[in-house]
Amino acid sequence: MNANAQNDNPWLHRFIVLTAAATFLLLGSGGMVTSHEAGMSVPDWPNTYGYNMFLFPVSKWMGGIFYEHTHRLLASGIGFLTTMLAVWLWFKDARKGMRWLGVLAFVLVALQGVLGGLRVTLHMDKLGIVHGALAQLFFVLICALALFTSRWWQNQGRAGSPQPAVGAHGVTRPTDKSLRTLVLAATILIFGQLILGATMRHQHAGLAIPDFPLAYGKIWPDTGAFAVARYNADRIEVISENPITLFQIILQMAHRIVALAIFIGVAACAQQAWRRLGRKDPLTRLAVFWLALIVAQIILGAWTIWSNKAADVATAHVLVGALSLVTGALWFVAAFHRLEPLPRIEPAGTIPGAFGAHPALAANK
Amino acid sequence: MKDLKVSPVLLLIAMLAVATAARAADIIGTITLKGTPPAEGDLSSYMKDYADCTAMYGDKLPTTHFFVVGPKGEFADVVVSLKGMSGKSTGASAPPAVLDQKGCIYTPQIFAVQTGQKLAVKNSDHCIHNVHCTPAVAGNDEHNDAQMSGGADLTYTFAKPEMFIKFECNVHPWMRAWVCVFDHPYFSVSDKDGKFVIKNVPPGKYTVEAGHRKLGSQTQDVEVKDSDTTVNFTFEVK
Repeated sequence: MNANAQNDNPWLHRFIVLTAAATFLLLGSGGMVTSHEAGMSVPDWPNTYGYNMFLFPVSKWMGGIFYEHTHRLLASGIGFLTTMLAVWLWFKDARKGMRWLGVLAFVLVALQGVLGGLRVTLHMDKLGIVHGALAQLFFVLICALALFTSRWWQNQGRAGSPQPAVGAHGVTRPTDKSLRTLVLAATILIFGQLILGATMRHQHAGLAIPDFPLAYGKIWPDTGAFAVARYNADRIEVISENPITLFQIILQMAHRIVALAIFIGVAACAQQAWRRLGRKDPLTRLAVFWLALIVAQIILGAWTIWSNKAADVATAHVLVGALSLVTGALWFVAAFHRLEPLPRIEPAGTIPGAFGAHPALAANK
Repeated sequence: MKDLKVSPVLLLIAMLAVATAARAADIIGTITLKGTPPAEGDLSSYMKDYADCTAMYGDKLPTTHFFVVGPKGEFADVVVSLKGMSGKSTGASAPPAVLDQKGCIYTPQIFAVQTGQKLAVKNSDHCIHNVHCTPAVAGNDEHNDAQMSGGADLTYTFAKPEMFIKFECNVHPWMRAWVCVFDHPYFSVSDKDGKFVIKNVPPGKYTVEAGHRKLGSQTQDVEVKDSDTTVNFTFEVK
């Protein structure tokens, strides 16, 4: 993407931010549908109990229908916003890549609509997992579009642009490849974790392991056939009454282990950013924010178990997961877009910086 | 050789013996539960916002009823059947089974039908339900159908034997029922007194299987002769 193109379009940027915020709401709405086991509460699509979707009487928005129907209405709104966004980008953004990203956003939102509908009409629960995972990717795309149309992005690499924040040593530093790789790996791990979580939620079996941090009172639960039978005999689930299986128990243990790996990975990213970029660098602050999100996510995950999968807590867990994914993705993208460091003016008699001579500095000698 | 003359009385006795040996009998019994089952789940926090569902209950909203146990351990909702029987379904000519939705609860919660037997689902409530069944055996189709208040009965049949096919309503997510499908007519579901009757079982040796949705199954071998055969089962919660 040619960052130097004159693409100041603040209203487009605001519109994309609005679309991103609405998409975040839609993610929450979709989360509530699954948390309330309401995904199949409206058996037909695109109609709603035989009515045109937009004419379904409000008096009938009850129970699971409320969650599913409002999700469909919100999704229609996002589809409309995304269509406008794609058209606006196509005609008003000079960057070729941006136009095609707008088209991609349109294609993704249309695909999401179809996937959601087919999940219902074909009775395919697995499509719900794909629908949930794709929703996260769509959210990342919209947030990236917001970043690409931001003033900050436009100003990067433009002559005479405002100076970026300085790091601890008085200069900004480029993000080296190893740090970017670490961030990318952690972000991919988060996406894998989201898929694990979506798979767990679509088992419709409630909590496969009802306690935390232990698992059935142990560090690793008993997974023998008799043990699993006992787990099923002892549990009383009101709304998610599929039997627990060994696969689900293993899935939840994997989810817990990957959560720990993500925490370690993101903590390492924050620590490395702090060390290499300095504490005042915006990317360092973003990395620290990312770590705070992961800590919040772990707390929400534990709370989901302790609350016996309360719908609002479980949905918050989904939303913070989405924010974690977006934060890592945008960190990675922004890191590529950083300005090269500015020439450093050394006061007379000072010792050269810890990183030695920099090419830009050498050129200025 | 002298001519063999058969006494008419002896002949009559022999005929009666043959007729008696061929007469079917019932397998009857009682199911009991030992131990204390887990406490039932409270539905009030889920139902309280649904006036159409709660109207018939007054102040006392229902709970789950996964373990229906009488004062002396009489254990209901245990599905008892003859194991290993197949290809003897009379479902096509059997009267329809009925599953009702009343007070936003399925009634009965546990029941059994034959392959090919019609199952009629009624909506006796003043609200919308969706009727969603999720069989796992290939050949039994998943269904998810809207049913308005006072709407026509929905009818289903299942082609393959399967245990505990779930019926649920996603509008009211606490609503659950389970149906067991058999390829023969030799089954029964224990009532609130823990009693079951498998009718008209031809004489012979059989394995009787008793299955509870949460506690698994157990078997006993029996021989059915010319009179009712009794077999009892005891389940235990540990």
